[in-house]
Amino acid sequence: MKSEQQYIELYNEVNQLIKQKSCEPMNAVRDAAFQVFRAQGFPTQKLERYKYTDVPTAFAPNYGISLNSAAINPSQYIYSISAAPIDIRPYYNKIADAADSITALNTALVHDGILVYVPKNENSDVPIQIDNHLSGNISTMLNRRLLIVLEQGAQATVIINDKGGVHPDDISFLTTQVVEVFCQPNSHLDLYEVEETDKSCSRFSNVYIRAERDSSVRHNSITLTNGLTRNLCDAYLVGENAQLTLNGCVIGSESQHIDNNTLIRHCAPQCQSDQLYKYVLDGHSVGAFAGKILVDKDAQKTTSQETNANLCASPTARMYSQPMLEIYADDVKCNHGSTVGVMDEAALFYMRQRGIPEAEARMLLKNAFMGGVIDQIPLRSLRDRLYVKIEKRFLGEYEKCEACRLCK
Amino acid sequence: MLEIKNLHARVGDKEILKGIDLTIADGEIHAIMGTNGAGKSTLSNVIVGNPAYEVTEGSIIFNGQDLLSMNTEERANAGIFMSFQAPIEIPGVSMTNFMRAAVNSRRKAQGKEPLKSTDFLKIMREKRKLVEIDQKLMNRSVNEGFSGGERKRNEIFQMAMLEPTFCILDETDSGLDVDALRIVAEGFNKLRTNETSALVITHYQRLLDYIRPQFVHVLIDGRIVMTEGPELALKIETEGFDWIKNQQ
Repeated sequence: MKSEQQYIELYNEVNQLIKQKSCEPMNAVRDAAFQVFRAQGFPTQKLERYKYTDVPTAFAPNYGISLNSAAINPSQYIYSISAAPIDIRPYYNKIADAADSITALNTALVHDGILVYVPKNENSDVPIQIDNHLSGNISTMLNRRLLIVLEQGAQATVIINDKGGVHPDDISFLTTQVVEVFCQPNSHLDLYEVEETDKSCSRFSNVYIRAERDSSVRHNSITLTNGLTRNLCDAYLVGENAQLTLNGCVIGSESQHIDNNTLIRHCAPQCQSDQLYKYVLDGHSVGAFAGKILVDKDAQKTTSQETNANLCASPTARMYSQPMLEIYADDVKCNHGSTVGVMDEAALFYMRQRGIPEAEARMLLKNAFMGGVIDQIPLRSLRDRLYVKIEKRFLGEYEKCEACRLCK
Repeated sequence: MLEIKNLHARVGDKEILKGIDLTIADGEIHAIMGTNGAGKSTLSNVIVGNPAYEVTEGSIIFNGQDLLSMNTEERANAGIFMSFQAPIEIPGVSMTNFMRAAVNSRRKAQGKEPLKSTDFLKIMREKRKLVEIDQKLMNRSVNEGFSGGERKRNEIFQMAMLEPTFCILDETDSGLDVDALRIVAEGFNKLRTNETSALVITHYQRLLDYIRPQFVHVLIDGRIVMTEGPELALKIETEGFDWIKNQQ
């Protein structure tokens, strides 16, 4: 049986139930999304944007589907999509790529989600945190949806924490996530995703960003311990002088697989994008980064910097790096580059001659390599927390759930 | 302190040390001079346990311990320190963090608790003054953007922090102007105690004006071919190595 067949059957079985639990704007696009998924099936590695991850195999196990709604305490700026204070139809599923099978499957199966909505000129001074815990006694598929709408002049910081939990060893989790971000003129969003689940988890995340005139978006994706990670991020700079920072840091070990695939499209003049993705890969882990910068004909005075730097800390780790630049305007400043290196043996020897044990010396070098991404995070409390997490991760002392109330 | 017997070592397929015998007692300073490629740096790298070098024969005993069975960090924590000919840059690791890791590793090996942060910074400050190294370098990454002189001074600073009992100065004089050489050498002299031993590797007499050895050895083609008092360094300075080679 092909992987997709069980999801097609599942949809036929439960779509009425999903529709009952869901809301009109989500149901309005559901059947069409399902038809796209049914027609296309899962993307294979023959598709350019999926060449580094075997999607059908990841979806092959028989996962149960959870139709329970997440408990959201409505507070300022954060709501259930089904209880949105605004009409979400102009936003919901509007910039998500309808032709992407994973987005289509998510749209078909998701029954609710989270809306972060900051009205005009308001500022969420306190970071909005969304914690996802994966735990349970049966292997489960979760489909998540997040909609972020910042009206003109609004500001927000959103932190998504993905955590693992206590579960039997033979239980695994599969998450699909679609995030749509709308930044209206002169709004400012910092969006952090800190993934610290465990190796039994597979993650398929599609993030879509639309940045209007004079807005700025900083998206930082941190992958620490997840088993199989596939992150896609498409960002559209549609208004003049929009700014985007798209950063990521990845730590891989054992047999982790981490694939980041990004597209930054400069649609309007005078926009700026900066991209820095760093990977440290150990064990048999496999990393992939494919990032395309696309500069439209009218996007004059674009400045864009794309950097992917990678450290293969073990001889059996593998990295695939594919920076791409496609420019149709004639007055732009764009750079892209990628490096893949190994541990600096001379530096290791120097540190060990000073008495620092090899494992600690390696940790210091890996930490130093990652520092460049974390240093850029303006939110100090998060930055400090990440330094600690990353150091622990490199020392192999990672407690999968140190701050988790569920596991204590 | 250190007893080297019939030491053979190679890098890749190339044999570089071809039977070194050398004994250094507590408190002694020995100088090794020799032509380029004679094996001076190989000898120091083998003593500290650089994994790029392979020992094929012989033994090194350090204070009764079999050095060759110890890894690089164990040797360092037993009290061996090498001032590098070309100190390594470590981007992203600050001098302070580097030194803290080194000092606390040493303490751990000695069964001591790690230093409290305030105590550590106090010691850093004291030792920094001793070798006249600027505070601003401590906030930088290790050796990154340091001048040649600052790098060598930084080596002596690290020596001050780690208080080794056996020091190897591997061409510490190379790339130093006269003033910098004096500061580095005086720093070393201030730090050493009556028990500290040292192996000073140099091409020139100059450094030995400041750090006075009791013995001068000449290393040619992987062997020590001559051992005399400090006057040998002066003779080499004026006459070169050819007369020694011709005696072989």
